[in-house]
Amino acid sequence: MKSDRRLKDSNREKRIYVSRTIIASIFVLILTSALIYRLYDLQIVNTEHFQTLSDNNRMQLESIAPNRGLIYDRNGFLLADNQPVFSIAIVPENTESIDETIASVQDVVTISPEQIKRFKKRLKRSRRPFQSVILKSKLSEQEIARIEVRRHEFQGLKVQAELARYYPFGENTAHSIGYVGRINEKELTTVDERNYSATNYIGKLGVERFYETLLHGQVGFQKVETNASNRVLRVLERTPPVPGKNLILHLDAQLQKKASALLGDRRGAVVAIEPSTGGVLAMVSTPSFDPNEFVTGIDYQSYGELRDSLDLPLFNRAIKGQYPPGSTIKPIIGLGGLDGGATDRAFYIWDEGKYQLKNDERIYRDWKRRGHGKIDLNEAITQSCDIYFYDLAFKMGVDQMSKYLGYFGFGQNTAVDISEARDGILPSREWKRALKGRAWYPGDSLNLGIGQGFMLATPLQLASATAMLANRGKWVAPVLLKSLVGSDNSSGSELNSVRRRNVEVETANLSNPDDMEFVIQSMKNVMHSKTGTARASGRGAPYRMAGKTGTAQVVGIKQGEKYDAEALLERHRDHALFVGFAPVVDPTIAIAVIVENGGGGSSTAAPIARALFDTWILESNKSDEGPK
Amino acid sequence: MSQDFLRQMPGAENHLGKGAGLAFRLHLDPVLLVLLLILCTAGLFILYSASGQSMVHVEKQLVRYGLAFFVMFIFAQLDPIVYKRWSPWFFLLGVCALAGVLLFGTGAKGAQRWLQVPGLPRFQPSEFMKLVVPMMVAWFLSSRYLPPSFKSVVGALLLAFVPVILIVKQPDLGTSILIAASGIFVVMFSGIRWRVVSGFAVLIAALAPVMWMFVMRGYQKQRVLTFLNPESDPLGSGWNIIQSKTAIGSGGMWGKGWLQGTQSQLDFLPESHTDFIIAVCAEEFGFMGVLALLFLYLLIVFRGLFIALKAQDSYGRILAGSLTMTFFIYIFVNIGMVSGILPVVGVPLPLVSYGGTSAVTLMAAFGVLMSIHTHRKMLSR
Repeated sequence: MKSDRRLKDSNREKRIYVSRTIIASIFVLILTSALIYRLYDLQIVNTEHFQTLSDNNRMQLESIAPNRGLIYDRNGFLLADNQPVFSIAIVPENTESIDETIASVQDVVTISPEQIKRFKKRLKRSRRPFQSVILKSKLSEQEIARIEVRRHEFQGLKVQAELARYYPFGENTAHSIGYVGRINEKELTTVDERNYSATNYIGKLGVERFYETLLHGQVGFQKVETNASNRVLRVLERTPPVPGKNLILHLDAQLQKKASALLGDRRGAVVAIEPSTGGVLAMVSTPSFDPNEFVTGIDYQSYGELRDSLDLPLFNRAIKGQYPPGSTIKPIIGLGGLDGGATDRAFYIWDEGKYQLKNDERIYRDWKRRGHGKIDLNEAITQSCDIYFYDLAFKMGVDQMSKYLGYFGFGQNTAVDISEARDGILPSREWKRALKGRAWYPGDSLNLGIGQGFMLATPLQLASATAMLANRGKWVAPVLLKSLVGSDNSSGSELNSVRRRNVEVETANLSNPDDMEFVIQSMKNVMHSKTGTARASGRGAPYRMAGKTGTAQVVGIKQGEKYDAEALLERHRDHALFVGFAPVVDPTIAIAVIVENGGGGSSTAAPIARALFDTWILESNKSDEGPK
Repeated sequence: MSQDFLRQMPGAENHLGKGAGLAFRLHLDPVLLVLLLILCTAGLFILYSASGQSMVHVEKQLVRYGLAFFVMFIFAQLDPIVYKRWSPWFFLLGVCALAGVLLFGTGAKGAQRWLQVPGLPRFQPSEFMKLVVPMMVAWFLSSRYLPPSFKSVVGALLLAFVPVILIVKQPDLGTSILIAASGIFVVMFSGIRWRVVSGFAVLIAALAPVMWMFVMRGYQKQRVLTFLNPESDPLGSGWNIIQSKTAIGSGGMWGKGWLQGTQSQLDFLPESHTDFIIAVCAEEFGFMGVLALLFLYLLIVFRGLFIALKAQDSYGRILAGSLTMTFFIYIFVNIGMVSGILPVVGVPLPLVSYGGTSAVTLMAAFGVLMSIHTHRKMLSR
């Protein structure tokens, strides 16, 4: 190795070394200064910026869902409750493989492919980091226990509790109260996003939907300290949520249950109204469905069965079913005839079972083949004589009949808080021309006179009209909400947030108010006279009632196309209708009953009404103390 | 000699004189020893907080400190002449071990750093090289005429870069930087001429792109890119830097208080008890706390430079200077990377970060320093 062979000069080496040490020291000081400058910049100059970043890291604003308001019936029975529901949720950030977690939890709890599909769908939606995604709802206690035992095996899995709606009366109240369901993205765009930031459920139908803003309440917030894996360590600040308003409905749960029971497995509807307030005491449509299944999400198969059923259980006949009212409108036509001068109380006709217009070959028949003989207005209502009303309808003409029927709320949805209710059809010249493109024929008037032809009415409309009769002409709009718990007037300022309907109904100024009483007496005779069509249902009552039967030819609500011949025949039978109120003096209840394809109103519908009258007048009012 | 020493501690002659005498006989430097003990104690407090208040970590670290101080004591007993004589053999052994790591090494996270020799505990040859490379280069240069000729410098650098390349291949960028630095410091302290330095500077500037393209691994490049713009990937590789800067910055002047740092206590700060532990210190004790720690480090560095200055021969002088400066580079690179002025290269904060290997190596280096310091007079006799 050829290297430097010069003699080493240790003094020079030392001198060089000293100078290098000085340089090294300067080097150290310069680099240290650079570090100090950097730290000064971070910790002194920009410290506020980093403090904000640090606070944002650990502090999060969490929203707290308000408890949904409860719904009570008029006696304090709970119609809609909140109950804890447990579900499995996965925090995707805490799993290595979501599929593996799902697979492992399947050893313990069955998870259907549909649930996995829905989970994947929910997973794709935007969410905050570490926010959990629900895999399966409504766990049983056993399932919870099985998961908890092997909890450590399921990465990123947690069991969540939340309050979900429960309807104790199940299908009895499904069509009146409606139900809530998981809020969907479309609904989120219609509500205040901030207020719903913690909410999972929204009213989908009925009272739940109509009074959503009152029931929902105000969202609460809490500032929480979390660690890096988003676990809440403590609550720093809290604005508690304001729970939704508790609603008291006019509904009477016992009456409602009774009405459901009376309709049984027949297709039909009952609406009962308190005449003094317009409060809906019962609103039943059968067949019905269990609203509880819809709360946390009904599976496709069950929903498909409900949707495709020929009996239309999802269809609310009480407010959406539009039926020809048949003879039930005869008292109103009669009243119009008296008031407008087309007839008077003494006028009578000789009914031989047939009626014919001049220049018209068509023969209009009475339901009673041989006719009723000599018959005046009172008897025409009592016996439901068609010929008398053909004659009266011809004399009155469509304009008069439309006017008087309009006073009673037909042809429009008059309900204060039932927005899904249908309008029915109140025909008029203008209506026919606009819709059918044809002029009004006298024959149309004859049909209208006995509630057939073009006219359609919902059970709710029939009950409202009957309530007006019971009120001796004073109109009251049907309403479900009685009051809010904790505030004494139902028209309080809280209700301003809800767009309650206020439909104007023209006031009937009768020239002789006594005509109303005359018609009511005829309706009383329907129930209690020996010629009355519903005398069988009026028999033996300790109170007097007024009513009118009706039988409507089937035009039918929409029916499916595939059904067998037997069902077809059954579905061709007439609809049975009945309207009435009781007691005759100071009435407390007005009722409309329809049984689809039930045959005669007197034999099928009237007994249901009578039983409900009994329940209401003889049972409910005597024991006025509820559970509250 | 004792006169020299006592001059460092004026006014303490009588009291410290005896202790110093005893320490000297044990080949320990009391000043360095006290400073190191203070540093380790402070480190344990920071570690307790940084590890999420885990006594287990503190106890384990305490055991490692014990082992490290023992190793220091042993290394201090050996005469520098031994180190000098054995330098080439240690070096040869180290290079073989490094080659062995590349062939049969074990490790984690895609890097092979450990070597398992039957009958011996698993060890990291690269740690061993932190001591051996400056020894070897010092041995190489001190036997030549100083200031070194250009040829000697090239030879010295080649000696240093063989192990550096092997370590880069593991890959372990942090350690290779430290070892390269230790080699370079030896060359600097040997009195290399400044025009040679500037020549090498130009060469390195020219080699940098070549390194980027052919030597550096993907994740190493990623670190550099992330360093240049951490916000480009705030949840991925930029996360560490953003969180450590947040921790440091939010500490402010006086800090949030011991155990009160939200960034570290709530796990937002990754690697909080290892490489990023200075961020915990900065968050909880503030600017003043970090200044105090830096001051302590500087005292150690200057004590080391002083020992080097007093060394009896060129070998001891150059070796002591290089080891001390490498210690400083540890501090600078670690704080620099955690505070975001250097790329993240995986260098722990000396004697504070959790981990046994680097503590043992560092204390061994201080043992060598003490050996150089305390064997000085005896050699001159």
